[in-house]
Amino acid sequence: MKILVTVKRIPDPDESLKFAGGGLDTSSSKWVPNAFDEYAVETALRLSEVAGKRGKKLAEVIVMSVCPAKQRQHVTQFLAMGADRGVVVDHNPDELDTIAISKAIAGVFKQEACDLLIIGKLSQDNEGNQVGQRVAGLLGLPQASFAATVNWDEGANNISVGREVDDGVETKRVPLPAVVTVDLRVVLPTSVVNNVTPANHKYQEGPRLASLRGITMAKRKKVKVVTLGDLKVAATSTERMVNIAAPPSRAAGQRVGSVEELFQKLTKEAKVL
Amino acid sequence: MSRVLVVLETANGAVKSASLPGVTCGQQIAAKDGGELHLLVLGADVSAAEAARGFGAAAVHTLTAAELEPFTAEAWGDAIVHAARSIGATHVGGTATSTLRDALPRAAAVLDSPLVSEVVAVKAVDTFTRPISAGRALVDMKLSGPVAFFTARATEFPPPNQGGSSPVKALGGTQLNTRGVTVVGVHKTESARPALTEARVVVSGGRGMREGANFGVLEELTDLLGGALGASRAATDAGMVPADLQVGQTGKIVAPELYIAVAISGAIQHLAGMKGSKTIVAINKDEEAPIFQIADYGLVAKWEDTIPQLTALVRQHKAAN
Ligand SMILES: Cc1cc2nc3c(=O)[nH]c(=O)nc-3n(C[C@H](O)[C@H](O)[C@H](O)COP(=O)(O)OP(=O)(O)OC[C@H]3O[C@@H](n4cnc5c(N)ncnc54)[C@H](O)[C@@H]3O)c2cc1C
Ligand SMILES: Nc1ncnc2c1ncn2[C@@H]1O[C@H](COP(=O)(O)O)[C@@H](O)[C@H]1O
Repeated sequence: MKILVTVKRIPDPDESLKFAGGGLDTSSSKWVPNAFDEYAVETALRLSEVAGKRGKKLAEVIVMSVCPAKQRQHVTQFLAMGADRGVVVDHNPDELDTIAISKAIAGVFKQEACDLLIIGKLSQDNEGNQVGQRVAGLLGLPQASFAATVNWDEGANNISVGREVDDGVETKRVPLPAVVTVDLRVVLPTSVVNNVTPANHKYQEGPRLASLRGITMAKRKKVKVVTLGDLKVAATSTERMVNIAAPPSRAAGQRVGSVEELFQKLTKEAKVL
Repeated sequence: MSRVLVVLETANGAVKSASLPGVTCGQQIAAKDGGELHLLVLGADVSAAEAARGFGAAAVHTLTAAELEPFTAEAWGDAIVHAARSIGATHVGGTATSTLRDALPRAAAVLDSPLVSEVVAVKAVDTFTRPISAGRALVDMKLSGPVAFFTARATEFPPPNQGGSSPVKALGGTQLNTRGVTVVGVHKTESARPALTEARVVVSGGRGMREGANFGVLEELTDLLGGALGASRAATDAGMVPADLQVGQTGKIVAPELYIAVAISGAIQHLAGMKGSKTIVAINKDEEAPIFQIADYGLVAKWEDTIPQLTALVRQHKAAN
């Protein structure tokens, strides 16, 4: 079993945005991995491991990113977290549209002959919420988006995914190869199980931190660098940002001193009760 | 001239109210260049097409197949691609529901076309405004490509205009392939309350509620106001309330007349889901909590000391009116 996980670097979402010259100025931003991709890697690692037995592995975890080859620190970070090797598609993603990025990911999936793509449901910066579904469409594979739970049945070669939908949780069983996009709750302690990890096993909440050993090991792990040309993907640009602005801010509100005052304001001033 | 295809979701012979914002967005796009609106009803039973005839569309198209129910992105993706090709659509979209966010990007990829998500305004027939970075910026995206796909953010589009009676047309057969998936079931959160995204009032609780049982006091207030219950990620992750009550960047986007945030700090990811509300009330014991920066009325206090009293005042008020 080979699991491919996509990872993207984004400007730190906790820093405030700097608007400049009709765009966002990220020249002094701190770059961090997209949170949903941390969740995706954690999901892959949980699926690949036999909990409690270090070293024994059920799957190889490959992380990939479309980024300039020199800016792949986030890839190394995920290797330190436990992924086995990396693939970098050497191109500035800001100069590509979602079509090209999705094709590059589909290209690597095919080149590496993977069984499962685990991908974040959302980039925290541009919030497309579409790359995973696109890759599934390009590859003609089944998909399970917005996963909150993943249960891998090795014998049956399928996964059962609890998907967060608008009115609850849908359970979808999907044969492999397949694409899974992960939502926040996939990193709760019992969200991900494989057929060997004991049912009562609880993971630590949230994505794991890299260990010291992991950080040392990461330097020795292989990262393959490929180009769009190698994958036969054109650098298309069908989406162009023509304007960017801060949203209108809300008028300053007021403090109220008591419940009685709040109630008066809501009935008499805002007239919402 | 545009031919805008909007995908509807239906239930029990009716168009789901969640689909209506997508229809409005489609009407606005078509109006930009005097183009046509087309609607698409998919399912094992497409009788709901009758209920979609009053939106001024050039046609309501139907595609009937057993594979279309229950919903899967695989079969719906195939159906949407087939419909878009048959109709010669220049645009394909609908409301940004979990269903269409799943199926539309899949179809867009097959048609080698871009997709703009969570549209909040239509600037031109090819240019759309959408929020990014948890709502901290609004960008105008200009699309080029065979078909422009879109999902419309529900809170930003009023109900659609009514128009003449559209013909219903059945689309010819095509191969739909669920690619071996099985929908085992949907665990629905049962509630007698209005849908979070449609409620006039939303009362949300955060980590400071400490445990699920304490949401009881919020539920009492919610029901008195005829509202819906919401929550922060911290509260849903802790299992205090079901996950589908989460409001925010990765939860529901709401814009009610009244949003009451109780024991919620106001992280940007939470604000992204509720800052379009008309009136915002924040009750938090920490006067530094960022939620106060966007609240119309802020009360620095503990929920234990305030919610029961507020509920009593509202109850008296309701009884007197
Ligand atoms: C990728 C990503 C996506 C996210 N998406 C979302 C999202 O969609 N929605 C969302 O909500 N969050 C989201 N988050 C999480 C978000 O960053 C915050 O962690 C979360 O909103 C905090 O929830 P909270 O305000 O309930 O908890 P806290 O930040 O812990 O705040 C609790 C508040 O309760 C107050 N309090 C405590 N006791 C009392 C009392 N007795 N009475 C009154 N007040 C009290 C405290 O003063 C405090 O302000 C996301 C995070 C990430 C990384
Ligand atoms: N440049 C990139 N390199 C690798 N993965 C990416 C890139 N851009 C987006 N993705 C993946 O696509 C997911 C969804 O992104 P989006 O559809 O843009 O919200 C992210 O969580 C990433 O895993």
